Amino acid sequence: MSQLSEIQTGFARAVLNAKDPVPEGVESHLRTKPLKRFGVYRNNVYVSLVSVLEGRFPVVARLLGEDFFKATARVFVEQNPPNSPVLMRYGGQFPEFLEIFEPVADLPWLGDVARLEWAWNLAYHAADREPVGSEALAAIDPSTAASLHAEFHPAVQLIRSVYPVVTIWSENSKDGEPDHIDAGAGGEDGLIVRPGIAVEVRHLPLGGAAFIAALTKGKTLGEAAEAAFEEDTAFDLQANIAGLIASGAIAELRAG
Amino acid sequence: MNRIQPHTGSSPIPARAGVGFKPEHFGEILEGRPDVGWFEVHAENYMGDGGAPHHYLSAIREHYPLSVHGVGLSIGADAELDKEHLVALKRVCDRYEPGLVSEHLAWSTHDGVYLNDLLPVPYSSETLARVCEHIEQVQDVLGRRMLLENPSTYIKFESSEMSELEFLRAIVSRTGCGLLLDVNNVHVSATNHAYDATAYLDAFPYEHVGEIHLGGHAEDEGDDGEPLLIDDHASAVADIVWGLYDRTIARCGPVPTLIEWDNDVPAWDKLKDEAARANAILSKTSVRHVAAE
Repeated sequence: MSQLSEIQTGFARAVLNAKDPVPEGVESHLRTKPLKRFGVYRNNVYVSLVSVLEGRFPVVARLLGEDFFKATARVFVEQNPPNSPVLMRYGGQFPEFLEIFEPVADLPWLGDVARLEWAWNLAYHAADREPVGSEALAAIDPSTAASLHAEFHPAVQLIRSVYPVVTIWSENSKDGEPDHIDAGAGGEDGLIVRPGIAVEVRHLPLGGAAFIAALTKGKTLGEAAEAAFEEDTAFDLQANIAGLIASGAIAELRAG
Repeated sequence: MNRIQPHTGSSPIPARAGVGFKPEHFGEILEGRPDVGWFEVHAENYMGDGGAPHHYLSAIREHYPLSVHGVGLSIGADAELDKEHLVALKRVCDRYEPGLVSEHLAWSTHDGVYLNDLLPVPYSSETLARVCEHIEQVQDVLGRRMLLENPSTYIKFESSEMSELEFLRAIVSRTGCGLLLDVNNVHVSATNHAYDATAYLDAFPYEHVGEIHLGGHAEDEGDDGEPLLIDDHASAVADIVWGLYDRTIARCGPVPTLIEWDNDVPAWDKLKDEAARANAILSKTSVRHVAAE
């Protein structure tokens, strides 16, 4: 191993592990192994990454409160440091982490709220594409509608939860005190879209998520509608297609 | 490959003050079209596929010259450069045709982990060889000359064999790269390691400086109660740094100068004032005393 490689291995390890001593060969003009100076690097790494997570998961941060969020995020950073300098990709494992992180075990819906915020981030940076407009709905021939396939806009994300995740998210995304939310009020599904540059989160009607999930797998409108009926017999095919188009979720409708 | 050739289509960066672009100022900039010479962005923030960041930057680029500043290439690492990241940097440069492209004399990735800080290197012949290899690779892939920024450091290495200036001079002579002189970093490092910032600046190879950075720092204390400055880009440029900048410009003539304020980002007017202060110093001298390549 080269000397540089050895130095950097020791330096990186000591930066990540706060209890490690200052590495050999590190000095100030006044002493060897200056702990406080070395601590500047430790602090920079953790504070900056915690701040990235705070910006990416603002609702989770609000729900936990600043200090508790920062302590939680720090443990996450210790266990899952980023593997890319492109930090917009950092934090995808945070939802799963929250689901097994003991100190937040009394907030079982927190993982899904984080999942929604991560999906929001993916949608924000997704590729641009012009979604189809209302003319596409008018152009659907009822006799062949069931055999159509839908291609979704690159930003589209689907969130399914056994908790009222869309309500929790929207109540805590707005200014002012959130309304009281009954976390046991039943599950919600959300659709995340970004037809232009603004990300929108929509609460899906019953059966809507099953419909979208089936379309995503390449099923036809007819097949996807059947999957949706199985989940909820009140599923309204026409309203769901119209809703998807109106929200800018569909990039293309095509036969075969 | 000719590395000195600028990209066709890129607008050259004028020898005036520029400002680090922040999305929160987008509306004001686009509506008011402030008289700012140019903008700079961190390359990594524009490595996504689409959406608002590219929408904003494309609009800015239509009206202003742009400089691209990388923060994640880890040029000072012993390990090979991340080829995927280098390709992503090239994609940003191809898309936005920046007048200048710069990176740091630092490392940030080790063993697949990105540490999100600009970590220091020992100034040894071994590091020099590695850094030069990496810079040549960057210049080959981008097909252009890059600028390398002098670091802010809080510690030094027993294994260093030369001064920072000797190290920078050797890099320039081996790779043909240019230098980004961060005057705040000079003040921070000189204070932290108890050397004279003016002597460092007076000996700086100005003929290779393509850009200057001015940012804020925070004051702390080291292990023995000695002054320790932290480069945090979270406040206005300090008066002492303005003084060093004035001295620098008097010696080297006007150079594109960036106001760098990345954390606790202030209102646009505050940045505009900082830029005006830099322009006032830049306009005191009109002749570039030493020719930039």
